[in-house]
Amino acid sequence: MTVKKQVNLRQMYPGQRGTVLRVDGGMGLLSRLSAMGVRPGKKITKVSSMLMRGPVTVQLGGTRLAIGFGMAGRILVELEQ
Amino acid sequence: MACHGMKTHVKKRRGKKSGLRKILLMGNPNVGKSVVFSRLTGVRVIASNYPGTTVGYTQGLTKVGEEVAEVIDVPGTYGLEPTCEAEEIALEMLAAGDVVINVVDATNLERNLNLTLQLLEKGVPMVVALNMWDDAGHRGIHIDLKRLEDLLGVPVIPTVAVTGQGIKELVESIPAARAPRLPPGSHDERWVAIGSIVEQVQQVTHRHHTWLESLEDASVRPFTGITIAVAILVGTFLGIRFIGESLIGYVLDPLFEHLWTPVILFFSDLMGGSGILHEVLLGHIMAGEVNYVESFGLLTTGLYVPFAMVLPYIVSFYLVLGLLEDIGYLPRLAVLMDTIMHRLGLHGYAIIPTLLGLGCNVPAILATRILESKRERFIAATLISIAVPCAALQAMVFGLVGERGIQYVAIVYGTLFLVWVVLGFILNHMIKGFSPELLIEIPPYRIPLWRTVFQKLWLRVHGFLREAIPIILGAVLVMNILYAVGFFDVIVDFTAPVVTGLLGLPKEAVVALAIGFLRKDVAVGMLAPLALTSEQLVVGSVVLAMFFPCIATFVVLLRELGAVGMLKAAAIMVTVALCVGGLLNVIL
Repeated sequence: MTVKKQVNLRQMYPGQRGTVLRVDGGMGLLSRLSAMGVRPGKKITKVSSMLMRGPVTVQLGGTRLAIGFGMAGRILVELEQ
Repeated sequence: MACHGMKTHVKKRRGKKSGLRKILLMGNPNVGKSVVFSRLTGVRVIASNYPGTTVGYTQGLTKVGEEVAEVIDVPGTYGLEPTCEAEEIALEMLAAGDVVINVVDATNLERNLNLTLQLLEKGVPMVVALNMWDDAGHRGIHIDLKRLEDLLGVPVIPTVAVTGQGIKELVESIPAARAPRLPPGSHDERWVAIGSIVEQVQQVTHRHHTWLESLEDASVRPFTGITIAVAILVGTFLGIRFIGESLIGYVLDPLFEHLWTPVILFFSDLMGGSGILHEVLLGHIMAGEVNYVESFGLLTTGLYVPFAMVLPYIVSFYLVLGLLEDIGYLPRLAVLMDTIMHRLGLHGYAIIPTLLGLGCNVPAILATRILESKRERFIAATLISIAVPCAALQAMVFGLVGERGIQYVAIVYGTLFLVWVVLGFILNHMIKGFSPELLIEIPPYRIPLWRTVFQKLWLRVHGFLREAIPIILGAVLVMNILYAVGFFDVIVDFTAPVVTGLLGLPKEAVVALAIGFLRKDVAVGMLAPLALTSEQLVVGSVVLAMFFPCIATFVVLLRELGAVGMLKAAAIMVTVALCVGGLLNVIL
């Protein structure tokens, strides 16, 4: 059995792909993120992150999102092998 | 400057009671609702390639068969739980609608269907416009329309709003709008349903990265992103100056000189070269030469300022801004600026209202509705009205201060920028609360269509011509009358301690500050005949830019911030303007 690696969005490297596992946050954040396409089970690719705790840019299907640094730390991703 | 934003976005915010059927255009942000709206009604509205262009509601009329119906362009929303003012407006509107056209981005079916299903749960008759249909094809996305119609239970019409494709069919489908009324589901149930729909109707074929997409990646990576941003900002600045200066030097100045001057001189002779009417209409004309900047007559400076000094920069600024908007660059700038903007109590997206403010503060303050919290809106609106000079003011600064040397223009801009940063920093620490985090969708780059760029430019220029020029002429007229009746003699002495003592300006400069409440461009122009030193001109321009908003901005601030918020903002403006003006006076 392989142990899959879990990281949050901040810890991913640009270009890495994975699947959203969960979002640690209240209902407000969860529904906002899910309405924009970030919810468990979705394939996600990190595009880049800005310097100095800047936003993380990700790609989910046809949608590209910029997510604030704090929020990005609460989105957990299972990395693709 | 042009307060076009007011007419389209605000005055019509509450629907008039009319017997007409109301058709609402609803959908996620940046799916092209405003373009569909223009196509349906012929009413031109500002449409751009970034989420949150529309922050109020605009209405127009269209014909469905024989019946005239009202169409309402609603701000974009991701769901029916509002997260900002613009989304709240969208929800208020839903209650008033008879039919909804749900505009869906065909390249983003899954995410868009979330709102579609929520709307269906509300039981409003609906049709779906599957917009950007051509783009979906280019991206290798194939959607089975018939199947989607069956699954949703409402008509689905593929459209390409920018070219008009599918609009006729969309209108024809409105009578067929249906309300299947889905049972309200939980979040999870809804997403399961959406997943199943997408699985059944959509096929994606693989295709390669295009060069535009590679550029998209580059502009949000730190090093390439910053390089691109600097190149774009420098290019923008040079482009705006080049177009503006060329229009002035090769078109408008020669027109005034060769066509208008003889007319003015003729009338001047006719009136005998003096008298009250001569003073008001033509101003001071000496030795057969018309000094358009200093004469201050209604037909001389009153026309020269708006047409030959300000208009060229309005044209060049909005041409360049329109290009950046339609390409889709602005949200990328928001990503780059996010960390810095957090220090000012804002997040990156506040850069968009700020940039709009460099054109006109009125639409800029309306655009702060895309920000989530009241605190952010207050900080953003206050910073814009103090430290972001509108295009009209900037044109005058370039025209008058620029004559004394580019270093003086640099001092004006440098001071305003410093004030923007320092005041933002202070407000962030003084006002309770925190700045929310950035969460925005970044649209794909699109190659702008020249036709839409020029239509938008015309919309904005027309707004300036229609709404700013009467105020400019009014301001010159009011000034002349107040001079003639000796009104200023009274206040000039009264305010002299502040104007002369603190700011180091001649006491007559208070007249410019007073007229600044009507129009900032005219006010800066009024510094011209005062024979100021370059340093005084810098102090005068900076204080004018910061001191108090022009009347159009004042009205919008009052409405958007409320009376208390406005009073606070005004107190900050006056205090900061006097402090900075006094400081500059000492330093320079």
